[in-house]
Amino acid sequence: MHSKQSKWLWAASLLVYAFLYLPLVIVVVYSFNDSRLNAEWVGFTTKWYGVLFADDQMLTAARNSLLIGLVSSIFATFFGTLAGLAMYKYKLRLLPILVLTPIAIPEILMALSLLMFFVALNFTMGYLSIGLAHIAFSIGFVAIVVRSRLQGMDESLVEAARDLGAGPLQAFWRVTFPLILPGIIAGALMAFTLSIDDFVITYFVAGAGASTLPLQIYSMLKIAVTPEVNAISSLLMLLTLALIVIAAKIAPGALRASH
Amino acid sequence: MTRSKNLAKWLISGPPLLYLIFFFAIPTAMMAFAAFRFPGDYGGLMPLFGADPQTGKQVLLVNSHNWHDYLTLDNFARFFQEAVYIELFIKSFGYALLTTLLCLLASYPLAWLIARSPKKWRDLLVLLVILPFWSNFLIRVYAWMIILGPQGYFAKLVNTALGFIGIAPQQFLFTPFAVIIVLVYVHLPFMVLPLYANLEKHDMALLDAAQDLGASRWQRFWKVTWPLSLPGVYAGAALVFIPALGIFAVPDLVGGTDGIMIGNLIKQQFLDSRDWPFGSVLSIMLTLSVLLMAGLMAVLGRGGKRNAL
Repeated sequence: MHSKQSKWLWAASLLVYAFLYLPLVIVVVYSFNDSRLNAEWVGFTTKWYGVLFADDQMLTAARNSLLIGLVSSIFATFFGTLAGLAMYKYKLRLLPILVLTPIAIPEILMALSLLMFFVALNFTMGYLSIGLAHIAFSIGFVAIVVRSRLQGMDESLVEAARDLGAGPLQAFWRVTFPLILPGIIAGALMAFTLSIDDFVITYFVAGAGASTLPLQIYSMLKIAVTPEVNAISSLLMLLTLALIVIAAKIAPGALRASH
Repeated sequence: MTRSKNLAKWLISGPPLLYLIFFFAIPTAMMAFAAFRFPGDYGGLMPLFGADPQTGKQVLLVNSHNWHDYLTLDNFARFFQEAVYIELFIKSFGYALLTTLLCLLASYPLAWLIARSPKKWRDLLVLLVILPFWSNFLIRVYAWMIILGPQGYFAKLVNTALGFIGIAPQQFLFTPFAVIIVLVYVHLPFMVLPLYANLEKHDMALLDAAQDLGASRWQRFWKVTWPLSLPGVYAGAALVFIPALGIFAVPDLVGGTDGIMIGNLIKQQFLDSRDWPFGSVLSIMLTLSVLLMAGLMAVLGRGGKRNAL
């Protein structure tokens, strides 16, 4: 390597890494700042976490988010795994289009079309409409992860099982399924994170009464930012980090497959 | 045998197909159709169904004689007649394009460094790029509200510096500048990853050959690395440009009145003005722009590969 060149390369790259991390570090640091303003460092405190855990609205929103995330990711994983299998096994035209377009188009388009759809059906919007929408946009992500796992699988293992007398179903459950399970788990974790994080689609299909964590955070950012937002943000980052560590333990390489 | 294979095919592809037809295809079709309808008296859409005056039953009101009372092209005419909409589209294109360019500029050295690192380091370096992106989108936007805020250290520092040349105080939050920087921030990994995937595959012997033939460092980059990386560049550009074009939350939170984009206008048509037909026209225009750009990137991406080989 040309040392002068790599020095510049390292400097530029470190700058980009700093750009990526500095904002998040600032949020965490300010969550311990003893001031109502996110401006100057005054002193260390943990009181914002106390404020957070006394905030019923925030806690309800957090519970809603977790619940919607859990239920919708289970359904999205089911549909997404089937979609991944179908796209790998069969030459289909319509399914890949329906699976991949929601990922490719701007989120606001899917959000508004779902809003129109629910209104046209006279469907009372709330947690159910949020869940149905979250399943719809997560299916594609799960399908991609599962399909890439299938593509990396050694097909001769299935053939060997068939030669040894396994039926197609038996071969699937005993050979294919265990092999793609890490991909399915990674897809499920991804669907869960997508659901917990989603703001745009949730915002349009939530209706009047429903609240999730991103909706709650958004309304705080629009109205009055207090360091309580820093505290909830820091906790959410911690949760995501934990999920990533779990994903890396269960399915090494799954993180790469998912991006 | 073939029948049971067909059955298996439908059992596997049927459920996701039905779900997505219901919760994606039909809603999308409804939105496309709404662009040709009239707004209702209280916003939304003028109903196509209603009570029959004689029987009182719910019937389809539109028929072959009165369809022009229910369907119209006026919504599209409005879009093309009023300059302000076209201007907003052009401005949003500019923001998304600038975001894409800045992402490319920031990503290239990083992607190159990762691709040239020892194998055992690469996964970690890539994970470090993805990690911030896994934290909630709103939190990442919020972090910049703190940084750019008027009382923050950044604003004070920069304004002190600008004070010497007499152009302080400047506001950073709620400006187009804030929109661009946050758009770059939230989209950066989408550029780094495809670029890295491309650069990783390059044959280093080509660079050595170019050097042996007397190429300067700049020539080696411009004549070898850059053309070979074009497919990655176009893939990354599509992944950044398309979501950046339709975004509404970032301009909403950090853009102020000058920083609004198409997404904000669409949201406003649906929620505030409640003019759903016109909102649908804007959505269709956005979709068409996205398709156009995606097609362009795909064609350029293929061309890039051809040119390089």
